[in-house]
Amino acid sequence: MDLSIVNNDYYLSGMAALVGDIDKQLMIMLRDGRTLIAYLRSLDQFGNLVLHQAFERICVGRQYADIPRGLFVIRGENVLLIGELDFHQPIRVQLVEVTIEEILKLQKEDIEKKGRIEKLRQKAMIEHGLIDEGNPIEEHY
Amino acid sequence: MLFYSFFKSLVGKDVVIELKNDLSITGTLHSVDQYLNVKLTEVQVLDPEKYPHIQSVTSAFVRGSVIRYIQLPPDDVDTQLLQEATRKEVTQPRKE
Repeated sequence: MDLSIVNNDYYLSGMAALVGDIDKQLMIMLRDGRTLIAYLRSLDQFGNLVLHQAFERICVGRQYADIPRGLFVIRGENVLLIGELDFHQPIRVQLVEVTIEEILKLQKEDIEKKGRIEKLRQKAMIEHGLIDEGNPIEEHY
Repeated sequence: MLFYSFFKSLVGKDVVIELKNDLSITGTLHSVDQYLNVKLTEVQVLDPEKYPHIQSVTSAFVRGSVIRYIQLPPDDVDTQLLQEATRKEVTQPRKE
């Protein structure tokens, strides 16, 4: 099969635009807030993805850790963004790698903190007679 | 299909995309498709303090359904023409 059409500037419409990214290591952000770094092995017209050698990158403040997750099949609607990576790119905010245990503890604290802020926000909105519509990325589909 | 054509005319321009989860990224519009999925090159995240892990992303494919806003360069948009085109589209019955 002639794949030259895939690799040059000719643009394929829809999810086929990602055919050129197959077997590359990509960063995939999901609707639930998770970030995966994995090799894209396959996809279809709905944007369903097959990811190989995936690891989940948890980032809290400037600390991060990678949790190996293995093989992923993701339903297309849950994908926010698929990014190509270049680790040699100059970065403005340096990250520090910590252990998985540490990042999970930090993440738990962070989620609790955000939950408290969210509760206060909802309370304030209700006091002002506003109906809280929740997080659009998780609810409005 | 009007906005698909409209965004196609903006290919190569710098845009800012705001997602429904409040993440904003800027980049050069590389391509757009019928679902308004967008491909950006030379991606930079607007708030690297909040999303430091996205800094190493160079080009990105963003699913159209999760986009809230696309900020456009004002000089490259002919609002007059766009207004006329949108009005034309709603007033004229579509030929199927």
